[in-house]
Amino acid sequence: MPTVSSDLLDGVRAAGPLQLGIAPFGLVAGVAAVEQGLSVAHALGFSSLVFAGASQLAMIELLGADAPLAIVVGTAVVINLRTMMYSASIAPYFRDLTARSKALASYLLTDQAYAVSIARYGRDGETDRFAYYVGAGASLWLVWQVTTVAGALLGSGLPPELGFDFAAPLVFLALLVPTLKDRASGAACLVGGLVATGVVVAGVPFHLDIIVAAVVGVLAGLAVESLGGDA
Amino acid sequence: MPTGYDSATVWLVIALAGVLTFAIRGSFIYLFGRIDDVPPAAESALEYVPAAVFAALVFPALLAPSGDLAVSVGNEKLVAGALAALAAWYTERVLATILVGMGALWVLRFVV
Repeated sequence: MPTVSSDLLDGVRAAGPLQLGIAPFGLVAGVAAVEQGLSVAHALGFSSLVFAGASQLAMIELLGADAPLAIVVGTAVVINLRTMMYSASIAPYFRDLTARSKALASYLLTDQAYAVSIARYGRDGETDRFAYYVGAGASLWLVWQVTTVAGALLGSGLPPELGFDFAAPLVFLALLVPTLKDRASGAACLVGGLVATGVVVAGVPFHLDIIVAAVVGVLAGLAVESLGGDA
Repeated sequence: MPTGYDSATVWLVIALAGVLTFAIRGSFIYLFGRIDDVPPAAESALEYVPAAVFAALVFPALLAPSGDLAVSVGNEKLVAGALAALAAWYTERVLATILVGMGALWVLRFVV
């Protein structure tokens, strides 16, 4: 019978290759915070209290642009809605946990921890699922905290002409491409992206671009899905 | 561009976003048994959130980096972003995407 600690270590190991993506992402999140006039403590606050890379980065950019606070927080919620799918999908495996363990599981629920764990649960019923999940989730957490702080410490020393602010959209691009699985998600991407651009170019106030684009893009995806765009 | 918000306001945003993010992540983990599944209509809608949201974060930065539409080969971020998109497509790696995108930007800015 597998011990708790061996399953925990298995989780740590399974998350290993994903750390190669987390580390530069964390550095970017740290650099971006300092570039937008936030402190190292703020950067660590985002990473530890929110612990959601894409929404952190978007919030930092919106704060830098002095967007209304409701838009800053609302945009973060929209970006993180996808984790509700993960929550629903992984919930059956966690139903017997104590409330405290459920809290830890919820806190650690990232794209990466979810992907690694759900793949394992599908293959192997013997695993101590919570230990495996915590191994993956907590090691991802640790790398995220360390690299954000490193990025924030480094950030103030980077020459602006090198254009490191461009790294943020590049991270989003790396997250975007794997979501393009079929025609419907392609439509959601194209429509969402173009609507966001239109909102920005038209100079619509309050930085509503992401929220509006999310709504219209999702509707486009649903429309294509209902037309039978199954290829 | 440095933010005009003071430190306490930034902490408020961090705290609010933290609580809401935790609530979203915990939603079904806590409610399982009372709600066993996401309603099918909501599930379909949620499925398209990542593509729409990530595209909304990428497209304006490439197509209109300074706020005006700039669809031309003279737009270094558009060209670098297109090359980075190819890297993302073929490698599906964050690191490779950043390296190709930043590398292309620097070549266009300092070499070409």
